[in-house]
Amino acid sequence: MAKYLLLKHYRGAPAAVNDVPMDQWTPEEISAHLQFMRDFADRLEKTGEFVDGQALAPEGAWVRYDGEGRPPVTDGPFAETKDLIAGWMIIDVDGYDRAVELAGELSAAPGAGGKPIHEWLEVRPFLAAHPTVTD
Amino acid sequence: MDEALVRSLTPGVLTILVRRGADFAAAEDAVQDALIEAFRVWPADPPRDPKGWLVTVAWRKFLDQARADSARRRREDLVEDEPPPGPAPGLDDTLQLYFLCAHPSLTPSSAAALTLRAVGGLTTRQIARAHLVPEATMAQRISRAKRTVSGVRFDRPGDVATVLRVLYLVFNEGYSGDVDLAAEAIRLTRQLAAAIDHPEVAGLLALMLLHHARRASRTGPDGSLVPLAEQDRGRWDTRMIAEGIGILQAALARDRLGEFQAQAAVAALHADAPTAGETDWVQIVEWYDELVRLTDSPVVRLNRAVALGEADGPRAGLAALAALDDSLPRYAAVAAYLHERDGDPETAARLYAEAARKAPNLAERDYLTRQAARLNAGRRR
Repeated sequence: MAKYLLLKHYRGAPAAVNDVPMDQWTPEEISAHLQFMRDFADRLEKTGEFVDGQALAPEGAWVRYDGEGRPPVTDGPFAETKDLIAGWMIIDVDGYDRAVELAGELSAAPGAGGKPIHEWLEVRPFLAAHPTVTD
Repeated sequence: MDEALVRSLTPGVLTILVRRGADFAAAEDAVQDALIEAFRVWPADPPRDPKGWLVTVAWRKFLDQARADSARRRREDLVEDEPPPGPAPGLDDTLQLYFLCAHPSLTPSSAAALTLRAVGGLTTRQIARAHLVPEATMAQRISRAKRTVSGVRFDRPGDVATVLRVLYLVFNEGYSGDVDLAAEAIRLTRQLAAAIDHPEVAGLLALMLLHHARRASRTGPDGSLVPLAEQDRGRWDTRMIAEGIGILQAALARDRLGEFQAQAAVAALHADAPTAGETDWVQIVEWYDELVRLTDSPVVRLNRAVALGEADGPRAGLAALAALDDSLPRYAAVAAYLHERDGDPETAARLYAEAARKAPNLAERDYLTRQAARLNAGRRR
């Protein structure tokens, strides 16, 4: 089994096919979308492939060490290019192909007009802490 | 073996050891050892006086450990100097633990964890699961807290207000897994209310009961947020509400008003209304005026603006809002609601979307996004 991170972006990913902001949907479309996400996580829990999932707030800041005293906190100067992660799901699956398959399914979550969003999700393999024993 | 009995005795045993001079961490280890012994011995040979049995065994365990310790002489001197244990007049054993666990040298989250461990008798695993952190992390947080208070003795009475803040924090931390922290906080506050006679303790207990009574109706079957006005009042726990109101009235009658009593009074007025439309908003505004006087908190002023919007109309609410800092948490949500009621869905939709972006949790974000979507969809039709 191998762990993969599925990343959903607020900003920074290529535009989705059905790219309409959520506050322009109908309340029913929002409900359908949230139900889809819940069902997806529940299903992966049942198949034993779910590890963790969390949503992140859209507010974020850059912080770095800048010598003595308080570190500077800024929302820029890279605000216009900054990737913004909306949330993640960690899955533990047989391999890369299964991770891509699941990311594809998640990207089909319904959006405006009840049609799939076709959003781009990032799939990243975890680096394991220990080498796999092969012999 | 009666596990609830053991859990209720543990804090008292711990307190006696600490009062006799054991430091907090060593006393806790000794009590744990005594509990293990109890689980082994009691099923076959139950003691007549379980607490006395636990004190004796725990004290022996502590002395064994102390003798093995390099600081043996110092600790034994400490024991020699200590007056023999006797009844502490007017003060319940457990009460002293409350004050120790809410000591001002602890951060609020450490104080909450230590209270659950020492007064509530919960295991580290249960506390960790309730806070959604790894058990090792919580074990460290608790042992650091124990070290922090290990030099603190019981001769200085703590501040009731600090204890109440810690209990309210526990109440608000919610629940997961097998421990419901809200219910646990109510249990502990009941204990505290039985031990000391203080109108603010009663006020906090009433406030918790009144909030807790409405819990089942606060979320839909899918976990979505249901606002007060739309809640199914048939699902409110009327017995718990009646108990909360009774406790509150007795506290108010003593004419020593404090923050928790005033908050409980607002909660009681909501709980008492048969329908949302029959809510006595005029009285609620008056209670918020009291709260402003007592706390001068901007969050209270924000809540007051909402109440004023209901009592005197959305314009009055918006006027009150204009005097506040728009970076306050939930400011945009309140502004959105008042603008919608004032007949301006366009501004309201924009503010709901802004509020959703700033929402502190998923349930609120989804609720606010849906409000924005509802108004935007309505305008397109």
